[in-house]
Amino acid sequence: MSTPGLFVLGATHHRAALAVREKLALDATAAALLHAELAALPGLREFTVLSTCNRIEFYGVAENGDVAARVAAAFCARQRFNREEFDKICLGLGDEAAVRHLLEVAAGLDSQMLGETEIFGQVKAAYAAAQTAGNTGPVLNRVFQKCFQAAKHVRTHTAITEGHVSVANVAVDLAISIFGGLADARILLLGAGEIGEKTARAFQSRGAASVTVASRRLERAMELARALGASALPFEQREARLAEFDIVVCATAAPGMVLGLDAIATAMARRPAQPLFLIDQALPRDVDPAAAELENVFLYNLDDLAQITERNRLAREAEVGKGRAILADRAAALWRAVAPQLAASVPTQTRGEAAPQKPASA
Amino acid sequence: MLSALSDRTWLWAAAGCYFAGLAFGTIALLRRGRPAGAATYALIAIGYVLQLAGLTVRGRAVGGCPLGNPFELLQFTAWSATTLYLIVGVAFRHSLLGYLTAALAAGLTLSSLAVPAWDASQRTQLFGSNPWIELHAALAVFSYGVFGLLALTSVMFLLRHRTLKAKDLGWWAALLPPIRDLDLIGVRLLGTGAVILTAALAVIVLFFAREPAAVSVAKFAATSLVWLACVTTLALRLRGRLIAQRFALLGIALFVAALLSLVPVDGSRQGTPARVEGRTP
Repeated sequence: MSTPGLFVLGATHHRAALAVREKLALDATAAALLHAELAALPGLREFTVLSTCNRIEFYGVAENGDVAARVAAAFCARQRFNREEFDKICLGLGDEAAVRHLLEVAAGLDSQMLGETEIFGQVKAAYAAAQTAGNTGPVLNRVFQKCFQAAKHVRTHTAITEGHVSVANVAVDLAISIFGGLADARILLLGAGEIGEKTARAFQSRGAASVTVASRRLERAMELARALGASALPFEQREARLAEFDIVVCATAAPGMVLGLDAIATAMARRPAQPLFLIDQALPRDVDPAAAELENVFLYNLDDLAQITERNRLAREAEVGKGRAILADRAAALWRAVAPQLAASVPTQTRGEAAPQKPASA
Repeated sequence: MLSALSDRTWLWAAAGCYFAGLAFGTIALLRRGRPAGAATYALIAIGYVLQLAGLTVRGRAVGGCPLGNPFELLQFTAWSATTLYLIVGVAFRHSLLGYLTAALAAGLTLSSLAVPAWDASQRTQLFGSNPWIELHAALAVFSYGVFGLLALTSVMFLLRHRTLKAKDLGWWAALLPPIRDLDLIGVRLLGTGAVILTAALAVIVLFFAREPAAVSVAKFAATSLVWLACVTTLALRLRGRLIAQRFALLGIALFVAALLSLVPVDGSRQGTPARVEGRTP
C-alpha cells in the first residue's frame, strides 16, 4: 500500500515500548545523515522530522505512492531496525487524517502525559529546523503554521493543560498556592536521591532561588548542591534550623522519621505567622503525620500528591473529547484549503487513492 | 443635573449594577469555572459612580454626610468597601475578590433599599454645624467598609485554608489567591481600618473634651468597642499570637461587630431633626 499526497508515518509511545523507542531514537549524527538522505529522496517534495522521547514521526508531501514506504525504509536502514517489526508498530496516516494527527500532537492530545505543553515547543523546533534546511514548502508551511494556531486555541479553550500530572510539578503548584511566587521561598531538600533532585529542579524551573540540600551523606549533599547551584547543610542540623525554611522536600531513604512533631512545633513557634509546607515523598515516611494538625503547617505525603496527580489526569482526559472535536473541525477546514495546493504540486495520478493506515513494506 | 433623579433612583441603579456584577460573575463561574474579572470590575465601577451620585443627592438634601438612618449607613458602608476595592482590586488582580465585593455591595445596598422602614426618616443637620463630628462619622463608617473588604479576604483565606488542609483541591481552589497573600492583605486591611478608625475616635475624643454633652455615650462606646476589638486583633496578629484561621474568623467577626455597632449609633440620633417628607424628587 502507499500514501500519496500528504502523509505521516512513524512510531509513538502508543504502540512502541520504551525499549523499541530507544532503538528508534535518532542521535544528532544519525539525524543529520537521515535528513540529507531524505532531502535527496526522489518524489519527496517536502518533509519534517519530529523526534522526541515518545515519538519519531515523518511528515511529508509525496509525489507518488511509494515515497512514504521509501522514507520508512531509509529510516529503518539508518537505525538498523527490522522493517517488518517497524511495520507492526508503525503509524501511517494520509491527507486529512495526517493533518488531524499533527494538530492533536501539537496540542498535547496524543502525548503520553496528556495535555503536556513541551510537545508544542518540540513540534515548533522540528518545523523550524526543516524550514531552515529548506525541507518544507507551501503545503507543510501552511499545515504547520495553522497547526500551531489550532493547538493554542485548544489550550486556551479547554482545560487540557490545567493541573499538572507529575508529582514534582504538583508539589510546586501546591507551594505556589501557599506562597504565591517562589523567588523568596527558602527550600530545604532532605535526601539527595533522584526523586528529591527532580523535585528541587521542578522548583528551580518555576523560580525558586534558595535551595539547601541536606543528606545523611554530606559529600552526596554537597555534590547535589553543586549540581543544583544550591548550598549544603549537615543532616544533623535539619531540625535545629528548620525554622529558616518555608518549604521542606523530604525524600530520604531513612528507615524512620527524620522530622519529628516536636521539632516542627518548635520551628513553628519561632515563625508562627509564616506557613511551612512539608512535602514528604519518602517511603517509609520522613515526617510525623501529626504535624499536619499544627497551625500554618501544610503536610502532603506521596499518596496525597499521587491522588492530586490522578485527579488532574482524569480532568484532562475529560477534556480530550472537546479538544479532539475542535481539532477535527480545524483539520477539516485546513485540509479543504491545502488539498487544492497539493493538487497543484502533486501529479494527479498519485492522488485520489485511499489513505492507507500503514506504509508498504520495503 | 444630579437632582434630575431622586437619590433612591440613583441608588437603585447602583444596586442593580452591583447585582449585575454578581450575576455576571456567577454565570461566568458556572460556565467557565472562574468569575468574569474585568466585567465585574467595570460593573462595580459603574455602580460606584451611580452610588456616589445618589449619596451626593442625599447629602445635599440632608445638609451633610448621609449617615442619619440604617439605610444611609448601609449605603455608605457598601460605598466605602467598593471605594477600597476599586483602589486595591487592580493590584490584587483576582476576579474572586471582585465577585465577592459585588456580592457584599449588592447585599448591603439591596437590603437597605428593600426595607422602607430603614429610610422612613431622614435626619437633617445631623451633625449640627460641627464638621468635626461629621468627619468622625464619615471616617468611622469608612473604616467599616474596610472591615467589609477584610471580611471578604478572610472568607477567601478560610476557603483556601480548607482546600489546603483537607487536600480537596477542586476546580474552585484555582480561583483563590495564595494563602500567604491573603494573610498579608488581611493584615494590611486591618491596619488600614485601625488607622482610619483611630483617626475617627481621635476626632471625637478631642470634641468630647470640649463639649462633653454634645457626644452620645452610646455612640462613643459602640465605636470604641469596635476600635478596641480592631487594635487588639491587630496587636495579637503582629505578635504572632493570632494567626491563620483564628485571625480570619476574627476578621469576619469584626465586620459583623461593626455592622451591629451601627444599631446604637443610629439609636442615639433619635433626637435630631427628621425630614420624613423631604425626599428629593
